[in-house]
Amino acid sequence: MKIHEYQAKQLFKAQGIAVCPGELAVTVDQVRSIAETLEGRCAVKAQVHTGGRGKAGGIKLAQNPEEAADLAGQIFGMSIRGHVVKKVWIEQAAHIDQEAYLSVTLDRSVKKMVFICSSEGGVDIEQVADKTPEKITKFYTADKTFPAAEARAAAEALFEGPDHADDVLEVMRQIFSLALETDASLVEINPLVLTKEGRVLALDGKMTFDDNALFRHPEIAALRDMDEENANEVTAKEKGLSFVQLDGNIGCMVNGAGLAMGTMDQIQLAGGAPANFLDVGGSSSPEKVISAFRLILSNEKVKAILINIFGGITRCDDIAKGILESYRCLDIPVPVVVRLCGTNAREGLELLRDSSLIAAESLADGVQKSVKLAGS
Amino acid sequence: MSILVGQQTKVLVQGITGRDGSFHTRQMLDYGTQVVAGVTPGKGGQEVEGVPVFDSVSEAVRQTQANCSVIYVPARFAVSAIEEAADASVELIVCITEGVPVLDMVPVYHSLRAREILLIGPNCPGVISPGKCKVGIMPGEIHLPGSVGVISRSGTLTYEIVHSLTTLGVGQSTCIGIGGDSIVGSGFMDLLAKFEADPDTDVVILVGEIGGDEEERTAEYVARHVSKPVVAFIVGHAAPPGKTMGHAGAIISGSSGTAASKTAAFEQVGVTVSRTLEDLAHAVKDRLGVQA
Repeated sequence: MKIHEYQAKQLFKAQGIAVCPGELAVTVDQVRSIAETLEGRCAVKAQVHTGGRGKAGGIKLAQNPEEAADLAGQIFGMSIRGHVVKKVWIEQAAHIDQEAYLSVTLDRSVKKMVFICSSEGGVDIEQVADKTPEKITKFYTADKTFPAAEARAAAEALFEGPDHADDVLEVMRQIFSLALETDASLVEINPLVLTKEGRVLALDGKMTFDDNALFRHPEIAALRDMDEENANEVTAKEKGLSFVQLDGNIGCMVNGAGLAMGTMDQIQLAGGAPANFLDVGGSSSPEKVISAFRLILSNEKVKAILINIFGGITRCDDIAKGILESYRCLDIPVPVVVRLCGTNAREGLELLRDSSLIAAESLADGVQKSVKLAGS
Repeated sequence: MSILVGQQTKVLVQGITGRDGSFHTRQMLDYGTQVVAGVTPGKGGQEVEGVPVFDSVSEAVRQTQANCSVIYVPARFAVSAIEEAADASVELIVCITEGVPVLDMVPVYHSLRAREILLIGPNCPGVISPGKCKVGIMPGEIHLPGSVGVISRSGTLTYEIVHSLTTLGVGQSTCIGIGGDSIVGSGFMDLLAKFEADPDTDVVILVGEIGGDEEERTAEYVARHVSKPVVAFIVGHAAPPGKTMGHAGAIISGSSGTAASKTAAFEQVGVTVSRTLEDLAHAVKDRLGVQA
């Protein structure tokens, strides 16, 4: 789960990491009155769950409250990589001397938590990593203890000039504690700045959390912003399904994420285009199948549906009952190709024998039939 | 022979009194697996499907000499269940449970490695050596004893692949679903080494999917350390670009992680990457023919 910059900064502040004073606004008037309470220039920052906000024009510096209001007027409603801006964060502008990069995340290839830092922070950090990897320092921990010695060495090298290592080291400790306390898979500060006054500040903040651990962090789960999530994907999650909308016209209903991706690949190879990824998961109640049909059919582009079930825990006769129930309570205006295999497949196919469904003998057969029916 | 599990395997089931635990205990027994014990704290002395239940893993191991544990406990208890099995010196731990918090897995992963205890999963279908022993939730009847090793990040896709092999008359030595989480106990390389050393495995299938860089690193490993033929299958070509974890994710994985990058990495070292299930089954059959 992702959260907004302003939410990350609230967590930073609670952890003792210095941030600029600021407030959240949803209207231009709010922007103006917040700006009036701040000293000097202020930054107006679009709050959306995507990177590249600055380059897209979603972050602007205002000289005075009136300009802040004008700029916010341009930023509200702007679409940044498909995310429409509904909230902006207004904060007092810092007097930046140097910008660095600092994060802690999980490195899945070595199965350790990794600190990543660079004295060249800012918007081009990925280029720095790509072109001059020697400017990126990484150090690891495998047992939830803070790697103090390596952190100290990295902290000393982060900013030039007189001693700020203690402050940087403290921020490293704080983001590490924050990650452990909240099950964050990423805590990123880019840039971490040294101000002309000699303070170390988090000028931006990004955090991502492990969905599997949200059950023990209700206060983090409450930070979820439904505006940032695809409505269908949220509905799917509530129903115990996993769903991602795509651009094609063949609706897919499959059990298991790997098989669902495999089914999409096979459709594409056969010249078709999948309309969605949909994993009905392990258990297979008729209600889930009905919800899956509803989701698939909410997309008007869908011209055919391919149901591919390989029964293991999932029983094919349960799926078949769900399909029949769906025909009873929903209007299904497109052809449906069904391939059932594995646990209770024979019973499932028997149940579907008198229906108008098109049975497929194998995945390849099902793919061919659905591609042909969708006319793609 | 086979790897990980066989006729000598004595299985204990952690979470045996739960819905999934009891159901799959029955299924494993029906397949011929020696299920010798179950563990549910507070329920020692009961029986499930004729299997004695103990309060702790150490007690179960002492009484029954179980050498393999399969875990069906809810996600929030899974890590302590793994630790308990490891502390009781069980040689192989198979964690079926999905939804385990990933940061909890970090210290456990390293501590089990240090003690040379094998963990498969979490979030996996388990391990089966066809005709000998099934430890997990996969449908047993689609398997056929033979000499193909299967290592997969997926669950149902593995069933689909095994089914297409069996349909062609191509049997399997051992099939392992390694699990879909960011941190799993054993990876492709760990298990490839075991298949390489197993005299009864002639060909290995790797089933990969988008995300992470394990397939890319495995390709290099195959080039250097594996003499047996390897055939790969990668899913996720049609998937939209994955959700990256900010800049940190991009910095770690670079350009790896896509189906195209994984396919290219394997092809570069001479590993055939099949695009359809039919191609995969035939590619494996061809290589078996060459071996024989």
